[in-house]
Amino acid sequence: MTTQTTDIPPVEPGERRSWLKEHSELGVCVLLLALGVLVLTDALTMDVDIAQRGPVGPKTVPVVVGAGLLLIAALLAVDVLRGGRGQAEGGEDIDLSEPADWRTVLLLAGVFLGAAVLIEPLGFPIAGALLFWGAAFALGSRRIDRDPLIAAGLSLVTYTVFNNLLGVPLPGGPLMGVL
Amino acid sequence: MNALNSLLDGFGTALTPINLLWAAIGVLLGTAIGVLPGIGPAMAVALLLPVTYGLDPIGAFIMFAGIYYGAMFGGSTTSILLNTPGESAAVVAAMEGNPMAKSGRGAQALAAAAIGHFAGGMVGTILLVALAPTVAELAVDIGAPDYFAIMVLAFIAVTSVLGSSRVRGMASLLIGLTLGLVGLDQMTGQQRLTFGSLQLADGIDVVIVAVGLFAIGEALWVAAHLRRRPPEPIPVGRPWLGRGDVNRTWKSWLRGPFIGFPFGAIPAGGAEIPTFLSYVTEKRLSKHKDEWGKGAIEGVAGPESAASASAAGTLVSMLTLGLPTTAVAAVMLAAFQQYGIQPGPLLFEREPDLVWGLIASLFVGMVLLLALNLPLAPVWAKLLRIPRPYLYAGILFFAAVGAYAVGGEVIDLVILLVIGLIGFGMRRYGLPVLPAVIGVILGPNAEQQLRRALQISDGSVTGLVNTPFAVIVYAVIVLLLAWPLLKKAVTRSRAAA
Repeated sequence: MTTQTTDIPPVEPGERRSWLKEHSELGVCVLLLALGVLVLTDALTMDVDIAQRGPVGPKTVPVVVGAGLLLIAALLAVDVLRGGRGQAEGGEDIDLSEPADWRTVLLLAGVFLGAAVLIEPLGFPIAGALLFWGAAFALGSRRIDRDPLIAAGLSLVTYTVFNNLLGVPLPGGPLMGVL
Repeated sequence: MNALNSLLDGFGTALTPINLLWAAIGVLLGTAIGVLPGIGPAMAVALLLPVTYGLDPIGAFIMFAGIYYGAMFGGSTTSILLNTPGESAAVVAAMEGNPMAKSGRGAQALAAAAIGHFAGGMVGTILLVALAPTVAELAVDIGAPDYFAIMVLAFIAVTSVLGSSRVRGMASLLIGLTLGLVGLDQMTGQQRLTFGSLQLADGIDVVIVAVGLFAIGEALWVAAHLRRRPPEPIPVGRPWLGRGDVNRTWKSWLRGPFIGFPFGAIPAGGAEIPTFLSYVTEKRLSKHKDEWGKGAIEGVAGPESAASASAAGTLVSMLTLGLPTTAVAAVMLAAFQQYGIQPGPLLFEREPDLVWGLIASLFVGMVLLLALNLPLAPVWAKLLRIPRPYLYAGILFFAAVGAYAVGGEVIDLVILLVIGLIGFGMRRYGLPVLPAVIGVILGPNAEQQLRRALQISDGSVTGLVNTPFAVIVYAVIVLLLAWPLLKKAVTRSRAAA
């Protein structure tokens, strides 16, 4: 049961942008379509003559999944054009009445990528602490006295628990070399 | 009484100091996670999947089960004190529980919920002990076609019973199946969707998909819409119940499980439907109808008991058939795969220590939970004051730990972020996350069973439906698919009459 709205797509070119914004869910259809084409191309270009064992080879399921993606992309597009809307997910800490805060999302993604790059040269304790502090900062925490301490403590404890207690090796980096 | 003997052996496993410790850690974490906003049991188990690399399976599953049950207990605390349920299972608890808290009866509401969870969990787990071995025995000689049918049932149920839009559910499932295709074909070694990359030839680890969709996706989504002022919890004292309250609630506690358990066992969305059904039932049976909506204690006791019992029902399907009916069960299934253990009818024969140790630990965990939750509820409620930046930074932090622990590769963190962004987009456009996760976890397995079944039948499609079990499962699937049409036909004929 998608929420049905009765708005008819406006034809005036000036309102084109707002129409696109209203129907941004069509982007999901485009992505599904692209994914379907990708899966189908990959499946159909497979060279399986040698590898085939049994009546169903490695091609069949990808072909079905790819075709399914194309079909669903079309069905979703029809649904969106007829006014169907996917309902954005709510939650305890979520306020959907305000527009999305893209700056925070991009900052978080950047911090995460940065930490990923630093984990090998600096080791987990330092990169992890930077990840936590950076993420907390991006989310609006400005306690310069408290945040870095919490980040360092959390990172060190996690490193010790995983590396020494659970036997899941994490890179110690130069810091652990000194200690 | 074979099951009883096995259960006693199970207690032998569960009561060893180390397993008691895991149970205690599990219920503590579970309660904390249930209370904390923005983090649910499925995300918690997903974030903890990396412990499967270092821990023995019994300890890991005892901990996971503790988290599952603990989160049910903790979830109702948030509902009652904040009126913003975090887990879907706790929505109903807010309907009567929050008015109770507002009128100063928060302590009684918390007690009714905690004892309800205890009663529901106990009755549910007893039903699990009684039923699971029988189900396993009945299903013990199921073969490839039957397994395939069960997985198709899981796919269809998760897309058409849950969520509000079938198309969006199917889209999510197909995204999951596509992610599951990446890597070497298990039967022939053919590369699929690897684009010549060696990293991708190993496939995308289930841990990374689950953590990416549940944890990163959720954290980014919340970050985009973070409430600037988190709601203030209602202060509350130590939970207790007067004699009058007990007289009103004991029947509700005992009725709940019989609504919750069966719904947990079938793929119908876990605790959401049974808690609501229990609420309606209690309302109809109540002698205090005027109090409903203003804080009727039965409306907390019954649904909470049903919620915990549904968790036990979920475990029946997961352990005996390998059929995940909730997100937590799906992630636990991924953990089984990490250990190379196939849940299903043979599990009870092959891994009796694990299964019975796990079941016995549920009883242990329930007692621990009651002890933790009755006197300590005010302490748990303090968790609601955690600064949100720390909470979501912590989720990102542990997600990174988990993904890195998979193979010690930086590329996994990048894949994690990409999958997290997919999860973000899915939340934005109302694609449910669960079908994608089920697709990744069950997809490769389903393909193998399909191909095995067709190999046995030499390519004939009848090989998929040549057992009574498979035929029954397909009949159920057809019913599920035709349900909206049937419903339409019924309402139309009623309207015409």
